[in-house]
Amino acid sequence: MKVLVPVKRVLDYNIKARANAEGSAVELSGLKMSMNPFDEIAVEAALRLKEAGHAAEIIAVSCGVTACQETLRTAMALGADRSILVQTDMELEPLAVAKLLRQLILREQPGLVICGKQAIDDDSNQTGQMLAALLGWAQATFASRLDFTPGASRVEVTREIDGGLETLSVALPAVITTDLRLNEPRYATLPNIMKAKKKPLETLTPQALGVDVTPRLQLLRVAEPPPRKGGVLVSDVAQLVDKLKNEVKVI
Amino acid sequence: MYDYRAPLRDMAFVVKELLGLSTVSRLSQHEGYAEATDELFDAIQEECARFSQEVLSPLNKIGDQNPARMETGRVLTPPGFKTGYEQFVAAGWNGLTAPVAFGGQGLPNLMGAPAEEMWHAANMAFTLCPLLTRGAIEAIHTVGTPEQRQRYLPQMVSGHWTGTMNLTEPQAGSDLAALRTRAVPENGHYRLTGQKIFITYGDQDYTENIIHLVLARLPDAPAGVKGLSLFIVPKYRLNSDGSIGPANDVRTVSVEHKLGIHASPTCVLSYGDEGGAWGELLGEPHRGLEIMFIMMNAARFSVGVQGMAIGQRAYQSALDYARERIQGVPLGMKSAAPIAWHPDVKRMLSSMKARLEACRALSYYAGQILDLALGEPDPHQRAQAQARSDLLTPIVKGFCSESGLWVANEALQVFGGMGYVEETGAAQCLRDARITTIYEGTTGIQANDLVGRKLLRDQGEMVRSLLTEIKAFLPELNHPAVPGSLTQTMAHVLGLAEQSSLHLGKTALSGNLPQCFGVAVPYLHLMGWLVSGWLMARSAVVAARKLEAGTQEPDFYQAKIATAVFYAEHGMGVSTSLHRIVVGGGPALDGMNPDQF
Ligand SMILES: Cc1cc2nc3c(=O)[nH]c(=O)nc-3n(C[C@H](O)[C@H](O)[C@H](O)COP(=O)(O)OP(=O)(O)OC[C@H]3O[C@@H](n4cnc5c(N)ncnc54)[C@H](O)[C@@H]3O)c2cc1C
Ligand SMILES: Cc1cc2nc3c(=O)[nH]c(=O)nc-3n(C[C@H](O)[C@H](O)[C@H](O)COP(=O)(O)OP(=O)(O)OC[C@H]3O[C@@H](n4cnc5c(N)ncnc54)[C@H](O)[C@@H]3O)c2cc1C
Repeated sequence: MKVLVPVKRVLDYNIKARANAEGSAVELSGLKMSMNPFDEIAVEAALRLKEAGHAAEIIAVSCGVTACQETLRTAMALGADRSILVQTDMELEPLAVAKLLRQLILREQPGLVICGKQAIDDDSNQTGQMLAALLGWAQATFASRLDFTPGASRVEVTREIDGGLETLSVALPAVITTDLRLNEPRYATLPNIMKAKKKPLETLTPQALGVDVTPRLQLLRVAEPPPRKGGVLVSDVAQLVDKLKNEVKVI
Repeated sequence: MYDYRAPLRDMAFVVKELLGLSTVSRLSQHEGYAEATDELFDAIQEECARFSQEVLSPLNKIGDQNPARMETGRVLTPPGFKTGYEQFVAAGWNGLTAPVAFGGQGLPNLMGAPAEEMWHAANMAFTLCPLLTRGAIEAIHTVGTPEQRQRYLPQMVSGHWTGTMNLTEPQAGSDLAALRTRAVPENGHYRLTGQKIFITYGDQDYTENIIHLVLARLPDAPAGVKGLSLFIVPKYRLNSDGSIGPANDVRTVSVEHKLGIHASPTCVLSYGDEGGAWGELLGEPHRGLEIMFIMMNAARFSVGVQGMAIGQRAYQSALDYARERIQGVPLGMKSAAPIAWHPDVKRMLSSMKARLEACRALSYYAGQILDLALGEPDPHQRAQAQARSDLLTPIVKGFCSESGLWVANEALQVFGGMGYVEETGAAQCLRDARITTIYEGTTGIQANDLVGRKLLRDQGEMVRSLLTEIKAFLPELNHPAVPGSLTQTMAHVLGLAEQSSLHLGKTALSGNLPQCFGVAVPYLHLMGWLVSGWLMARSAVVAARKLEAGTQEPDFYQAKIATAVFYAEHGMGVSTSLHRIVVGGGPALDGMNPDQF
């Protein structure tokens, strides 16, 4: 079975995001970019499937600017076998990404797609779901555990839902999106970083895939949340309860 | 509390923009060097920073608070260190610069230096273990027989076994001529007896074997340093198939209690209590010290990097603190603000920043020259690189370790009272940094080496060629974006170094060696300021050209120029007094008599 893992290049999670001077976008210039942390978990999940003998090949895919190659090299340094960049300078919305992935999936015929549940930049939480719908595949989002039975045509996925855990039996091929607790991603090893340089990285364009990625949404403004006003130290519980009741009136 | 973050931008500047990986990736003699591209550098840096910050750094304070100790005859490292070591070797970091033929990646020192900086800054006591293993790998690789290489190197490169360096004995520290450990031949191998002290990671609970490299005397050895031979003495002897055999006759007697690097076990090792430890000769008889010196150039370079690295950690935490701590209204401001804005605190922070960037440039440059000395195809150029490397070794070890210690001290000062108490980590940095000017040869020994073996031995040729190169660079400083004061200071300090070198040469010729060596340390400092200042001035030129060509990072490059200027005025300013001591301080020292103290 082939496993396809989409990975997104985002502002590094250690860096505090700021709006640019024009208020038209998040400021990215000169800042460190990294793989979306949920996608790291997806790569790790794929690697574990391969190590357990359930997957034969892992293909990493990224859609975006040329520099996404670095993200793909990271995925390959972690252990992905090869990767595909769909190169475009256009701002990509989740639906556009889902359509691009669909075309690649029709070509590559993977048995499983593992995506991050959302990207930490736009927090859309849509791509995996849209992709499953476009393909007509089963989907299991927010996975915190995967159970494969060798040779079976279904996979058991435990999902984190409000108020508890839900376990689904999903028919393959399927789209799974990862939650934070699915696994702890490994560090890339030095020999694998060196090998990643030589692994195949194919570059395509949306045009070549026949997908129109023109944005459907109009971005009006990007602004930072108002700074938090200073807190107050209360002297005891009675005062806290009093304030909650009479000042902010939440209880 | 104040966690380490690798200064990736400045590292990349020094490696890619100031020095350039292409200068070493072209050295095809060395398998692995050709891999050293900018892209690979970026990929390695990123992952190495993550590993250092997330795995090694959190263990740093744990190691300080839970020193390595002995229990029932063996050494136990602090909690978490064994796992950290296993992760370190599993990720392949141990083999970064190790030979490809034995499982390493064979990357150049120019690429290894920033990685080493990150590991030391994140956790210096931890990183001493791979540092010593690397030295032992180099010695066995350079002079070992094919069988010895095969027997030991794959396991040491993978980190499956570690290595140590055994020179010091109670009566023989700086003076290795006084070594007494004996080696007696027996059926093609040797039996060693004697006591070694201060052996870093002389025992540990990480790995199932430890390969000790031990300096000892053969029965027919001449007296002095020309009678020392080097031996491989494994903690556990090997069976003929290479598997671990019976315990060797090496006993860990005790582990020292010490000022810093608490996690690093500093051991007293006793060889031959039961009749003699099994050992095999490495290299030729009586040539042990020469081989040790091959390792020592690399090890001394590493300690230079280490000193700078620990300073970097201290500086970062002081900077974070100075940006938070509010104390009074800084001059020229209207309301209370963080202490970073007090002119004096700003001066301290700037001095630290400048000195660290200068030492980073200096130590990476030394790494680049080490690569050229190993890999230059042309014999003449290779010899020149070797001479430059020999000259730089004591300067890098001496100046960068002294600078790291100075920075750690200054960083503590920024913390005020909170630096003196343990919770901020500033005190640990200072305690840890303190060893770097002592081991691998004290600053005094580095200065002796610089004056005796590097300046005087070849009538000043090595020094002259360096000074000529710096002089030839000065016109490049004529750039509209580089203030003229930088050129003036550089030319001035260059003149001082020339005069000082000449003066020492003359003093030596007149036979007054005590006067020469009495001012060797000030001379080493002067040379340190000059060479590091030259590299900062070169950095300013690179930055000026980038600004001229147009860049997305004007702040970074403008700060680089400002830092070079600041370094020249505030740092290199002391060169004037150093010069005065070197050319005039000898007679005053003659007038002092320890018997009268
Ligand atoms: C934590 C730690 C780890 C160590 N790890 C190792 C290790 O792994 N392997 C190993 O073999 N050793 C190790 N050492 C030993 C270390 O290399 C020695 O301590 C160092 O070389 C200095 O020797 P010494 O302590 O005997 O001091 P001494 O040689 O007694 O020096 C004392 C002072 O006298 C000065 N001095 C001595 N001779 C001269 C001279 N000719 N000219 C001018 N000044 C002189 C020195 O500069 C110094 O200031 C370690 C030491 C420590 C503390
Ligand atoms: C072991 C110990 C014992 C002590 N004993 C006593 C005691 O018995 N009684 C007592 O009252 N206190 C005591 N102290 C407190 C001590 O006097 C203070 O730590 C010291 O005055 C520095 O103040 P601070 O720690 O708040 O540092 P800060 O005032 O925060 O200083 C931090 C840094 O900012 C610099 N800085 C601050 N303001 C300025 C400025 N205006 N211009 C330029 N630079 C500035 C400082 O020079 C320093 O480098 C003790 C402290 C220690 C560590």
